[in-house]
Amino acid sequence: MSAITVQLADYKVNTKPTWCPGCGDYAVLTGVTRALVGAGKKPEDVAVVSGIGCSSNLPHFLKAYGIHSLHGRALPVATGIKLANPDLTVIATGGDGDGYGIGVGHFLHAMRRNLDITYVVMNNEIYGLTTGQTSPTSLIGHKTKSTPFGNIENPINPVGLALMAGASFVARGFSGDAKGLAELIQKGVEHKGFSFIDVQSPCVTYNKLNTYDWFRERVYNLQEKGHDKEDFSAAVQRAIEWPTVGPEDKVPVGIFYQTQKPTYEEGERAYQVGNPVKRKLGVTAEQRTALMADLY
Amino acid sequence: MVRTEVSIRIGGAAGDGVASTGEIFGKTLSRSGQHVYAYNSYQSVIRGGHVWFQIRGGKDPVLYVGQHADILIALNKQTVDVHAPLLTAGGRIIFDPSKVKVTEADVPKGVILCPMPLYELAKEFSPNPIMANTVAVGAAMSFIKAPVEKFKSVLEDQFGHKKADVVDANLKAAQAGINYATEKWGPMDFGLPYADKKRIFLTGNQAIALGAMAGGCHFYSFYPMTPATSVGQFLADHGPDMGIVVKQCEDEIAVINMAIGAGYAGTRAMCATSGGGFALMVEAMGMAGITETPLVVMVSQRSGPSTGLPTKTEQGDLNMVMGAGQGDYPRIVIAPRTVPEAYEATIRALNLAEKWQTPVLVLSDLLLSEHFETSEEFPMERATLERGVWWDGNGPGLRYKLTPSGVSPRIIPGTANGAFIAGSDEHDEDSTLVSDVRAGLPDAIEVRKKQMDKRMHKLEGAKKDLHMPERVGPANAPVTLVSWGSTHGAVREAMATLKKEGVEVASIEFTDLYPLDWGKLKEMLQKERFTLMIEGNYTGQLERLLRAETGWFPSDTLHKYDGEPFWPEDIVAKVHAVLKMAPKKEVVH
Repeated sequence: MSAITVQLADYKVNTKPTWCPGCGDYAVLTGVTRALVGAGKKPEDVAVVSGIGCSSNLPHFLKAYGIHSLHGRALPVATGIKLANPDLTVIATGGDGDGYGIGVGHFLHAMRRNLDITYVVMNNEIYGLTTGQTSPTSLIGHKTKSTPFGNIENPINPVGLALMAGASFVARGFSGDAKGLAELIQKGVEHKGFSFIDVQSPCVTYNKLNTYDWFRERVYNLQEKGHDKEDFSAAVQRAIEWPTVGPEDKVPVGIFYQTQKPTYEEGERAYQVGNPVKRKLGVTAEQRTALMADLY
Repeated sequence: MVRTEVSIRIGGAAGDGVASTGEIFGKTLSRSGQHVYAYNSYQSVIRGGHVWFQIRGGKDPVLYVGQHADILIALNKQTVDVHAPLLTAGGRIIFDPSKVKVTEADVPKGVILCPMPLYELAKEFSPNPIMANTVAVGAAMSFIKAPVEKFKSVLEDQFGHKKADVVDANLKAAQAGINYATEKWGPMDFGLPYADKKRIFLTGNQAIALGAMAGGCHFYSFYPMTPATSVGQFLADHGPDMGIVVKQCEDEIAVINMAIGAGYAGTRAMCATSGGGFALMVEAMGMAGITETPLVVMVSQRSGPSTGLPTKTEQGDLNMVMGAGQGDYPRIVIAPRTVPEAYEATIRALNLAEKWQTPVLVLSDLLLSEHFETSEEFPMERATLERGVWWDGNGPGLRYKLTPSGVSPRIIPGTANGAFIAGSDEHDEDSTLVSDVRAGLPDAIEVRKKQMDKRMHKLEGAKKDLHMPERVGPANAPVTLVSWGSTHGAVREAMATLKKEGVEVASIEFTDLYPLDWGKLKEMLQKERFTLMIEGNYTGQLERLLRAETGWFPSDTLHKYDGEPFWPEDIVAKVHAVLKMAPKKEVVH
């Protein structure tokens, strides 16, 4: 914890969010900010990285470093920042199209690496910024602009993927519970290793199926139901309740799984020499001599 | 006449140990004070097929690998079929008759067959049949009287003291080859001036990796792709203990995006790939451009299109590199000619990327990346590093501040009061978006234009940092060869050959391709009487770039796109043809 107390005001910027009134992403913005303050992180030591989509505008609405990058590429960009300067707190944010569609390859690989970064996905089961097409998490039968007769593809189960890919913190939040969401994100930020948080963040404009009310009727809190977050098998059982095999009448939220295992940073030899950003550039005469001897 | 230069070829199937045997032989010659150039010809196969390693070495610097052979080590019959016709008069073929059937009828007249029981001799020292290669190398060494102690020192360094038995077995096998060959055939008429010289013997990719180290690159990402992979492998071996993060990624999209993240964070970041991988990086190139993030991308070209010829060379990716990305952003492209220049170019690229806060491309090709060359040691600890303009912490930290040079003071995470979001969207000086609720409104139209002008204006400054092409040869030459990148070696050898024939041609060689002082360049090119543009691609990609930028076009062209490097013979033949046709008077462009 920093000696100087960090306050919410430290993260304030003049730019107002451009999301539709009622959008679930407001709660995520508040949640991320509160989590950073709660974890005692100073804005200058934080990088928030996003891809492209409505939710990916998030980094502009708080005071921190970061990159509003390309569609689907938030995780590799965030990974590069973290690898270059492991002292930074790095948060990647984006939507379901960004993370589970175009960026799903990076999603899996980032989780198996177990870098100490936090990935918050604002999942609304729809492509919002392009005005309402089907997404990788749209449910079967969902009528969207690109599936006017109903979606016929199975939705991705992001929590299940995260468990299989080796994420060491796997959770789901709900924008209808801003306080719980902020606490969840803070736990993710404080977790040492890759933290994945799928947030059900309703799109009030283009998704008339998965609304706040739809979720409120279905969400239940894993921890309140006595789920043991250290039990991997139980986590898998809970993960497939929705949206893979369950009857779509229950949406578990909370921490599915949390474990401590070696992070990528702990295994990276280069850090024994120093932080790549802070270390002096160039090679020494001794290093040159050794390299030349190898090529002689 | 005693010859002071030798060409040696070793041929066999993939898996026969041809490349490693060739590398050890090449190193031995290099340590014996010879200038050596070596090229590994291989195929996209792990076992089988036909691979061969060519070595050319001698007293004077060698700039290409040679299209003939004085000594051929044939590990299979195909080697004889393919390479025997290239043997010089008095040349020798080393082979084991129990495995390779060769008769006088299979080889040109004057070529000497040297059948040896390679496998039988090797068996005594190792059960591994590859030891037969060492026996053959011993025989070849005896033909050129190469110093055995240098061979020994190469082996010792290669296998280390832990594997003293391997070194010992190899030495004994080589000695067996030497003894057998000396007794049967004796030495050839070579008089290579052996000496103790401490030069390095390395590939272009190793030079690029050394340039990355000396240039302060602390982050390198890659995805394996021939012929760029060996940069990453060299850095993976040596980088981590020097504090360099080396990251193999899930794909080239991740490769470049990670490098951009690392560059944004404030370290010098670089990645490398070949054409196919670069095709995947194209979108992110523009992001580096608009976020003004320093980035170095090395593209080692191989024969395209698509998978093309993965193990063969070409200069076919300049168009892609120049056109990479939607919209316009400033980019810098440099194409080193030689192994030492590849080292220097990488350092320069890392400097230019930070100075101009924009992506810099180092364009190599399979020939440059993978051929071995003797070089003087690199003074790595003395590399000059320029880090560009940084924010001093005073006033508002406007990351995209409008400045006369187009470069805004850089701010990196961790800096107090400087927080900003680098946007792939268009943005204002303070990094706020203008793409969503402001786009198209009068003030945002202004901002957009000013930010575009600011970024693109960097090209004006950058062109002063780039090198104009080097011109060598007499003024008023009847023909001036114009080339870029690794074609340099074949061009220089062709010039030497032509000079011997009494024709002195000139050469204009590009190392830096974009941006240049186009006016000055046009003046330079138009002075030439007859220009022959030599490019390793079908469409003349640099020619098209030069025409677009200067209006200049060459008198004639020579294009090669068969997968093989340019040979001096190709150029000499073309010059012969041209000189018969060339008008006597000055050519009017």
